[in-house]
Amino acid sequence: MDLHESKAFTRRAFLGRGVMLASASLAAPGFVQSSALGLPSPSAMLSSLAGVPEDRVLVIVQLSGGNDGLNTVVPYGMDEYYRARRGIGISKNQVLELDERQGLGLHPALESMKTLYDSGLCSVFQGVGYPNPNRSHFKSMDIWHTADTSGTGEGWIGRYLDSECVGFGKGESGTLDGSPPAVSIGRDTPLAMQGMKVKPVSFESAEVFRWLGEDHDRALKGAYDQLNRREHATAGGSNADFLTKTALDAQVSSDLIRRAVTTRPLVNYPGNSLARQLAMISQMIRAGLKTRIYYATLGGFDTHAGQGSANGRHAQLLRQMATSIEAFYQDLKAQGNDDRVMTLTFSEFGRRVSQNASGGTDHGTAAPMFLFGPMVRPGVHGTHPPMHDLDGGDLKHTLDFRHVYAGVLESWMGVDSQHILGRRYRPALVLGRG
Amino acid sequence: MASVNASSARRQVGEDLRRVWEPISASAFGFNEARHLLWRAGFGATPAQISAIQRLGPERAVDYLLETPDVRDDSPRADLFDRNIMRPYNEEEARMAAQARRSRDEDTLARLRAMRQQAQVQDRRQMREIQRWWLRRMIETPRPLVEKMTLFWHGHFATSYRTIEDSYHMYLQNQRFRKHALGSYRQLMREIIRDPAMLAYLDNNDSRKGRPNENLARELMELFSMGVGNYSERDIKEGARALTGYTFRDDEFMLDRENHDGGRKRILGRSGEIDGDGFIDAILAQRATGDFMTRKLYAFFVADLPDDPRDAPPAAGSVLDKMRSTFVRTGYELKPLLRELLLSRHFYSEGVRGQRIKSPAELVIGGVRELRTPVRDLSALLDAMDLMGQSLFFPPSVAGWPGGRTWINTSTMFVRQNTMAFLLTGRRPGGEDALADRQQYEPGPIMDELRAALGDGDDQHMVESVLRYTLGKTPTHAIQALGDVLADRGDARDGKALRDMLLLVTAMPEYQLC
Repeated sequence: MDLHESKAFTRRAFLGRGVMLASASLAAPGFVQSSALGLPSPSAMLSSLAGVPEDRVLVIVQLSGGNDGLNTVVPYGMDEYYRARRGIGISKNQVLELDERQGLGLHPALESMKTLYDSGLCSVFQGVGYPNPNRSHFKSMDIWHTADTSGTGEGWIGRYLDSECVGFGKGESGTLDGSPPAVSIGRDTPLAMQGMKVKPVSFESAEVFRWLGEDHDRALKGAYDQLNRREHATAGGSNADFLTKTALDAQVSSDLIRRAVTTRPLVNYPGNSLARQLAMISQMIRAGLKTRIYYATLGGFDTHAGQGSANGRHAQLLRQMATSIEAFYQDLKAQGNDDRVMTLTFSEFGRRVSQNASGGTDHGTAAPMFLFGPMVRPGVHGTHPPMHDLDGGDLKHTLDFRHVYAGVLESWMGVDSQHILGRRYRPALVLGRG
Repeated sequence: MASVNASSARRQVGEDLRRVWEPISASAFGFNEARHLLWRAGFGATPAQISAIQRLGPERAVDYLLETPDVRDDSPRADLFDRNIMRPYNEEEARMAAQARRSRDEDTLARLRAMRQQAQVQDRRQMREIQRWWLRRMIETPRPLVEKMTLFWHGHFATSYRTIEDSYHMYLQNQRFRKHALGSYRQLMREIIRDPAMLAYLDNNDSRKGRPNENLARELMELFSMGVGNYSERDIKEGARALTGYTFRDDEFMLDRENHDGGRKRILGRSGEIDGDGFIDAILAQRATGDFMTRKLYAFFVADLPDDPRDAPPAAGSVLDKMRSTFVRTGYELKPLLRELLLSRHFYSEGVRGQRIKSPAELVIGGVRELRTPVRDLSALLDAMDLMGQSLFFPPSVAGWPGGRTWINTSTMFVRQNTMAFLLTGRRPGGEDALADRQQYEPGPIMDELRAALGDGDDQHMVESVLRYTLGKTPTHAIQALGDVLADRGDARDGKALRDMLLLVTAMPEYQLC
């Protein structure tokens, strides 16, 4: 099977796929054991989407705290797994089969993900990590965010925004016709999104992406608008002019985003925080915002104690993640936007192979990474880290996460990843074939 | 540094270049000038404070800020924070860890790792405490220029907790910046190459004879003194040799003589058995150092500068020359330089006043100090500053905060407006109603001060007084918008009306300037 994306695939091919691809991936174990790396041809990719270069959206879902990869994609075929996890291991008859030959299955709480997987909407990269893993939440998260093992510098998305989104639309303040180039849902701006020039818009709820002084007294809103929606006759270069212009941009952005999220989603979402965030993102996509990157976060994965097995705390978190993403894609499909949205999940590290004395797991290293969407290359990719050859009780990564970033940047965002990542990483093959 | 704008450049052309460095006359030092001084050399002030400084006249006002007489010694105690959280293993623990690694004793190793993780959690908590401590200090300080220069040095010798993960070392470094805030740049350079936080941040603690780490040597010249392009790669290599063995034990600098390269070196045209201090002396003898540091101080106190010095407006160019000559002549003492700068006609000129974008620290601290709002919640203010792009002790890189226009975008604009609304109303910037701070803002005293400072009068006068005090100017569109609100409210002397006016003024794009 040809693993390289030699043929350009078309937008129609995206839409016409679905079930066919899913069955292809199941019928062809060669696909599954394929290397995660490939050599896509970005120029071919871009020409296939002529006229809609700004169309594609990347949604990043951060699983904070260190998701236990071994209890997410369970290597039920490996005895070492059960020896190391006598209490919290997921038994073979409970897992949702992913790949029988490799002995891999999903945690039973991931039914929704299994549905996505079976429909060809889910791609699993195994053993993702980086050299000399750092087990500090802080540090390791920074490393994932900066794509640099020193964990310093700008965020990888920030660098993408700086190189791609400056000069567009209204320029300096970083908006695209009122749409921010990147939106992060949450209290703070993730380091990943911080560049030198473009700053993403961040809010916990779109409801606060506006002046809150008006809640204090509605009567002040008129005067506020007078002061903040000033057309500047002369586009002077002073700081005052710059501020006046940015203030007006902010009002336009706020109108756009808040109008977007007042619509009702087309499907019902589960009642958890990630679902709420993804529903908001889907509404912004539906409203036609030109935003390219969205960021959502699900926390609580730091399961040092009592993480549970087929049920329990970790199971709950996994269920929240999977059901939210499933609803998100149902919603996007109903909108007709599913084909232009790719979702990537990651966590700062996986957890130790052996459970600890508190029925939990401590900070570890490599773990699987997921991509979702109708255009991803479905199946399980790469190699599971060997369970018999550990590094101080931790998995040795088999794929550097920066190869996945490179794949997403090159094939999905259509940019030169070397420029963004500061080094050449062979892009992982992330897109499916029509 | 953000680019200077064309129109302010044009305005500066109008200045008499021969007189830009002359001191401002006492008669020219009015309310607006005093206000300007207190914003740039501090964090804003109430109407009464502005009037008091105005009455001192320019010379005594600047001396007051530089010398701050009659202030009790408020140097923070050394035992304010726990120094032992991140201490390395003692001998016995180190032996135990080595033994466990040798015998692959997974249980012991796991226990040690867990202990380390626990300490990190505790240390992050302490870092938060230290952030709160400094923010409160800046808000409450009777010596605003000292804290402001401490902030300058923090941005100049930028070190981030993210990398070093040792809160006590960050605290010690902060104290060092405060101690020398208005002292000697030469002394500070000598201390920074001995500062544990900096040595860890730029990896000098691993720099040994035979395999020097060049990180500190490079940044010492590129970012801390001379600027890029004024030294060679060889100077970096040789400078790195001079710094080998400069490390620390616990909280103290230590020269590890065994690992220090005492051999002959050639750095920036000097030859000899140069050590760290010799390296610093060589750097300070370079003309580029005076230029670079002067430009940095100018951007901090006066105005943004274009990246290429040749593009600087003539008045700025002339002032930079004067600044450099004073700085170098005094052996890099800060006080004489700042005294001349803060008294100069250029500093008070039209093109300079009210043209600089406030940093998040200036906006938040200045907001509380100027409007005398309740402090409300230090953590919420720190979160807001983080959203605005300035997290204390967490500069984005060793280059510090780029400042200027990079502070502002559509997202930070709302955060800035809403943080001011939080200070005035207690409504949280995150919109959580249930968590709102119920403490009322009491505008009465400000109203009285304003009347005493700028006189009593009709509504129009009231509006103009509020604008002069908060913006330093009275733009027509603002007079009109606030006038409408007042007319709507009826009585201008009602405290509520003043609070509402302040709510609006602090949401103006122009409020982001000082």
